[in-house]
Amino acid sequence: MALDLYAEDLVANYEHPHNKKTMENSDSSSHEYNTTCGDDITIYIKVKDGKVDNISFDGSGCAISVGTASKLTDAIKGKSIEDIEKLGFDFIVDLIGIDPGPARAKCASISLKALKHAVFIYEHKKPDKETERL
Amino acid sequence: MAKFDVDSIKEDFPILKTEKEGKQLVYLDSAATSQKPNQVIDAISDYYRTYNANIHRGIYEIAEKATEAYTDSKKEMADFIGADSYEEIVYVRNTTEAINLVALSWGERNIEEGDHILISEMEHHSNIVPWVLLSKRKKAKLDYIKVGDDYKLDEQSLEEGLEKQPKIVAITHASNVLGTINDVKAITEKAHKQGSVVLVDGAQSAPHMPVNVSDIGCDFYALSGHKMLGPTGIGALYGKSDILNSMPPIIGGGDMIRTVEFYACTWNDIPWKFEAGTSNIEGGIGMRPAISYLKSIGMQNVFEHEVKLTKYAMKSLSEIDNVTVYGPEPDNDCHAGVVSFAIKGVHPHDIASIFDNYNVAIRAGHHCAMPLVTQILNQSAVARMSFYIYNDEKDIDKAVEAINEVKRIFKIK
Repeated sequence: MALDLYAEDLVANYEHPHNKKTMENSDSSSHEYNTTCGDDITIYIKVKDGKVDNISFDGSGCAISVGTASKLTDAIKGKSIEDIEKLGFDFIVDLIGIDPGPARAKCASISLKALKHAVFIYEHKKPDKETERL
Repeated sequence: MAKFDVDSIKEDFPILKTEKEGKQLVYLDSAATSQKPNQVIDAISDYYRTYNANIHRGIYEIAEKATEAYTDSKKEMADFIGADSYEEIVYVRNTTEAINLVALSWGERNIEEGDHILISEMEHHSNIVPWVLLSKRKKAKLDYIKVGDDYKLDEQSLEEGLEKQPKIVAITHASNVLGTINDVKAITEKAHKQGSVVLVDGAQSAPHMPVNVSDIGCDFYALSGHKMLGPTGIGALYGKSDILNSMPPIIGGGDMIRTVEFYACTWNDIPWKFEAGTSNIEGGIGMRPAISYLKSIGMQNVFEHEVKLTKYAMKSLSEIDNVTVYGPEPDNDCHAGVVSFAIKGVHPHDIASIFDNYNVAIRAGHHCAMPLVTQILNQSAVARMSFYIYNDEKDIDKAVEAINEVKRIFKIK
């Protein structure tokens, strides 16, 4: 399991993360902290015509959390905020190509949770239960 | 046992024969919980199969047998840690509950506003949080003995803390992160001169080295059964009989009383005064063969075996580039069987995940010692391997193999 989890692509995203910077003048942002691992991820979004026009993240953590955040920010550009609202853990499994298992699920989902929170904040909505369970 | 024979010890632990994808389990997380030998598993099973009954009250044979087995377990425990009698052994769930019992009973009665409580920076959360709670309730002052660059308690800081004449000094015998063994006998002597009561957290010492509470001289000593071959949910608080007698109970109910009227009660004798309700009978019964097992090996032998493994692990890890080990050198018997380490550029949770692929179980995180790990070691987390009687050098070699795999995956030289 673990060796597949640490695919070269994910490790490369951890070592050289994409879109890793704070964003001045973002339309919304959200910070998430994973107490067990100490993963610390903030997602910033800029929204235009109901779609994510720009996205970045900042923070630190394990290879799973940082690598996934890097891949997530790549994948989310141009997506509508309506679609993002509906994203669940399956999206992460597709993104990294493997179910990380219960011990590392929180590491893998932390950036999606932060992203969805940022979207809900942008829309002045309360996060749904699916998001809180991530 | 004339010679320390790890291979024959391994035979007694069925879990060590389990495999994952053809790889046998290498268990290097005994500081979290130990594995259980057949003797313990069988004793619990035998209790449920042949003499399950509630203790203390039944006037029939199996109830008497269960009561005797539970009380005998306490006698074994008293003998194991050098207490005067089993009356000084309160069975609780674990070390955490033992320390909380002291804070809630002794602390509630004896700590007043402005009093000092002295603990150290290398404590487990179980020996921090009860004192944080107590000091907030009582407006008392919580002081910390500093940890030096050598990963040992800073002597000057200890002296300064004691000068404030703390009401209680609560200190770990052995650190679960650094492996450092504290000279609790010397600390107790100094603390008693200042009029302090002394509690020793023995969660990481009772399983791994000879312990004699009478020799240490401490007033309280707390331990967890599950870290010393016993089942989960059973631990012990040792307290000197005088001090236990002076303490009020914190949980009321059956078994802890002598008489109950509608508006008044009198308490049972120690230790039962502190054990309300039906006890963890299987836990108590499971402790007896656990202690017997350790006694048959000899605690000095256990300790020497772990020191040998610790030295081997520290030497093996020190030869690997970009690996940092936290903890004192295992010389002069100052380092128990714990080796915390980091690999440059790799998060400890990633290390543990890759180890898992080799079926090597280690722990990664703050190890319930967040102040020590985050503020003293300046890490968000560290990886930790910890040893016990069923480990040998081959287990550490497998860990080294896994470290090399971590480095290969993360392209670290």
